[in-house]
Amino acid sequence: MEKEEVKKKIYELVEKSMGKKKLKSSDIQKTISAEAGISRDEVKDALKDLIDEGKLIYTYFGGSFVEIPPK
Amino acid sequence: MPKKYETPLLDELEKGPFPSFVTEIKKAAAKSDMAADELGQLEKSYRDKRGYWKHGGIVGVRGYGSGVIGRYSSLPDEFPNVANFHTVRINSIAGFFYTSKFLKEACDIWDKYGSGLTNLHGSTGDLVLLGTNTENLEPIFAEFSSRGWDLGGSGSAMRTPSCCVGPARCEWSNIDTLDITYSITQEWQDEMHRPAFPYKFKFKTAGCAVDCIASIARADCSIIGTWKGNIAVDQTEVANYAKNGMNIQEEIVNMCPSKCMSYDGKELKINDADCVRCMHCIAKMTKALKPTGEKGATILIGSKAPFVIGATLSWVIVPFMKMEPPYDEFKDLIRKMWEFWDEHGKNRERIGELIIRKGMREFLEYIGVEPQAQQVKEPRRDPFFFWTEADLQK
Ligand code: HEM
Ligand code: HEM
Ligand code: SF4
Ligand code: SF4
Repeated sequence: MEKEEVKKKIYELVEKSMGKKKLKSSDIQKTISAEAGISRDEVKDALKDLIDEGKLIYTYFGGSFVEIPPK
Repeated sequence: MPKKYETPLLDELEKGPFPSFVTEIKKAAAKSDMAADELGQLEKSYRDKRGYWKHGGIVGVRGYGSGVIGRYSSLPDEFPNVANFHTVRINSIAGFFYTSKFLKEACDIWDKYGSGLTNLHGSTGDLVLLGTNTENLEPIFAEFSSRGWDLGGSGSAMRTPSCCVGPARCEWSNIDTLDITYSITQEWQDEMHRPAFPYKFKFKTAGCAVDCIASIARADCSIIGTWKGNIAVDQTEVANYAKNGMNIQEEIVNMCPSKCMSYDGKELKINDADCVRCMHCIAKMTKALKPTGEKGATILIGSKAPFVIGATLSWVIVPFMKMEPPYDEFKDLIRKMWEFWDEHGKNRERIGELIIRKGMREFLEYIGVEPQAQQVKEPRRDPFFFWTEADLQK
């Protein structure tokens, strides 16, 4: 799977759970790798890009989560 | 000129013979608005008997999920200069060897962008900078990273590893604590900066069982140097200790936890097969005793401060492992442990708590380590034993 496509899947997953459940990095890795049939390292790598681009950020609420930055 | 607050309650903490954090904050408050409001808010906290800090939210600079701990005042109108009061963790250097040039620069950067308050070193081991606002985070990071420094760990991540001074200054070190710490830091940059664990994970490395870094009580993974050979005894030096007033029977033999020493007034004998390498005798009789033979480390897991199950000390997983670069055996073992934790750990569950919940058997099977007597932390308290099918076939 193309990295851009993985990134899109990750972003959509985070967007979909916004306001419902905060996702941890490992939740994202587990869900996407199972859904897309790819390795967790691939998901990790795509997530890394999204974070480095500032499209997603880490937050902390008693544990570390991945979220969409506030506008 | 920063605002001046009356602080009768805090002033009490300046009395007595000890250094006082209040005195230090007052010094910073003389020139920093932030430190001044910090002092004001703290006095109010003491007066009202409640804390006025909020925690969480933002956690880093671009690309990082760690290294900055978000703090906000819940009284921003009353104390506007600490409306944001974030903590920045700088990855400390192994053994805490700084040049005075760097320390001066760090202080200058912090006077410019922060409250001027620091903490060397936090219990995580970081060089901790206390109190700055959100806009200053990127500039602070740029200042430090351009000098070759990086942020440390925070949140659900590998925390900044730390170690005792080890072979740099100490003859007792059985392993190169500094190199191990550096190697862990470099190997797991993503694990430190991009939190993906169920909760925090700390490494601390001590060169011997004296454990100057208190790794046994403060690290999810404690690496403690040890040796395989006998303790070499120099009887002439033993006699010198006795001559100089040491009560060898009381201070050494009776204090040996495994009761493996004897002394007849002339000769000190050690039954090395029973010695647990606690370092007591060696640390007391430096000149007379010294470890010999193969050097390596014991790998222990699980310590944490009181939380769900109370304070816990680390316990042994691997009694003896050679620790030589590039530490592949050690790193592979840790990766297995992290996999187990990732698979089964709940949010905010430390690896030690998970092992207690799941049991050592499942953990050892997963990571592929044989059960060994040294792993027994305390005797079982129930009489039941659950045999697996494989056990029954044997
Ligand atoms: C908004 C206010 C604050 C909150 C919510 C807060 C909370 C915390 C928490 C959760 C930790 C981490 C403990 C851990 O690693 O498990 C910590 C560490 C620490 N805090 Fe605070 N704190 C606040 C402000 C301050 C202030 C004002 C000071 C000193 C003037 C301070 C000094 C420290 C120190 C020295 C540590 C230890 C650092 C380390 O272990 O690396 N904190 N604090
Ligand atoms: C193979 C099945 C069982 C085994 C191996 C077993 C074993 C034990 C053992 C070792 C004790 C502790 C005895 C002591 O130290 O004083 C005990 C206590 C007890 N068992 Fe069982 N048990 C079994 C089945 C049952 C069943 C089916 C019941 C109830 C329907 C039951 C009810 C109790 C009670 C109430 C006690 C507590 C007695 C007391 O402390 O006063 N057990 N059992
Ligand atoms: S833990 Fe042991 S090796 Fe490390 S500094 Fe202390 S005495 Fe020396
Ligand atoms: S190192 Fe500890 S256990 Fe071993 S002989 Fe000395 S005091 Fe006893």
